[in-house]
Amino acid sequence: MYAFDIERPTRLADAVKLLSDSVESQPLGGGQTLIPTLKQRLAMPDRLVSLGAIDEIKGICTGDDGALCIGGTTTHADVAAGAGAYPALAGLAGNIGDPAVRNRGTIGGSLANNDPSACYPAGVLGSGATVVTNTREIAADDFFDGLFATVLEEGEIITEVKFPVPEKAAYMKFEQPASRFALVGVFVAKYGDGVRVAVTGASEEGVFRWSEAEAALSADFSAGAIDGLSVSGDGMISDLHGSGDYRAHLVGVMTKRAVAAA
Amino acid sequence: MSQVSMTVNGKSASGEVEGRTLLVEFLRENLSLTGTHVGCDTSQCGACVVHVDGKAVKACTMFAAEAEGADVRTIEGMANDDGSLGTIQQAFQDHHGLQCGFCTPGMVMSAAALLSENPNPSEAEIRDYLEGNICRCTGYHNIIKAIMAAAGQDVSGIAAE
Repeated sequence: MYAFDIERPTRLADAVKLLSDSVESQPLGGGQTLIPTLKQRLAMPDRLVSLGAIDEIKGICTGDDGALCIGGTTTHADVAAGAGAYPALAGLAGNIGDPAVRNRGTIGGSLANNDPSACYPAGVLGSGATVVTNTREIAADDFFDGLFATVLEEGEIITEVKFPVPEKAAYMKFEQPASRFALVGVFVAKYGDGVRVAVTGASEEGVFRWSEAEAALSADFSAGAIDGLSVSGDGMISDLHGSGDYRAHLVGVMTKRAVAAA
Repeated sequence: MSQVSMTVNGKSASGEVEGRTLLVEFLRENLSLTGTHVGCDTSQCGACVVHVDGKAVKACTMFAAEAEGADVRTIEGMANDDGSLGTIQQAFQDHHGLQCGFCTPGMVMSAAALLSENPNPSEAEIRDYLEGNICRCTGYHNIIKAIMAAAGQDVSGIAAE
């Protein structure tokens, strides 16, 4: 790693201030992606601003509208244990990485990184959640902006994510066994006004909604409703773990499994 | 350089660290607690697992500065007060849960974290919990058996493998 300073503010306002001054700074969530990135010298900030000691953006609660609100620095382990009001989301968090990674990694860090094979982007997009930052609220449909990219501005911090709780939902991940990331993961959620289907691990553009499946499932919420539907292998990630066509096939399979499990 | 202070195995410990100093480097190089191993340095192998405020973490993927004020426990803190092996360590010895021993510190710390959350885990639960701990010698069977024994389960019917 290149040398850098590290700050550990205990108040959100102090973190925002540090991230907006003249020193080139990078926010640090749980570090489960950022620290390996720094080790590979793929990033060279002058300063890291650790968000881990800011209690005001940590924890889980239920909003007045019934939404499940998860603080930006809440770990995967805490979501797995504490998001019982939304079992599909708790299950997703409880199957990220391994136990030690789940004790450090955070929801805000995962979303800000927007890895094309990460689980949380599927949960957030599939739930039509709202990402709250220190300056604004961003709808999930507007938040993700392609491979490893989001609409977050420099220095903007995810303080909370608000999930409307669906009638039924499930997340099915076909795991890449070495990395434990999703080779393909599909999050399906049924709300009163329709069904949302979000796919991670498959597209070169990152997480996306499968609108044909959403329409079919909104009319008939059964695995059979997906029969005959398929996504194209064009634009799908193709690597030594699986071709684009293989991933495209998995999208259909994992969607059916998610519907059956919901 | 800045000062960092924490409690390690019940004793206060402090030292000068850089921003980029990893917790595992602080433990091994500043405190000479070399029981915590660095296998892959990429957070995959789990040889560096320690407990921070009671939770298993990979000490190669956490900065020392982030453990400021924390209660850290390493493999050196797992023995009984009289110096004899702790229950989990003794079970690893009794059931041949190690061969070369490189992964063992992380295995024992993960096992301890599991048993504190779930005192009587099934074989499947143990295997699932050890997802992030890699052993290249044993094939895992005797590690699983040792952890079942440490939990007080009767493992006499499980053949040695």
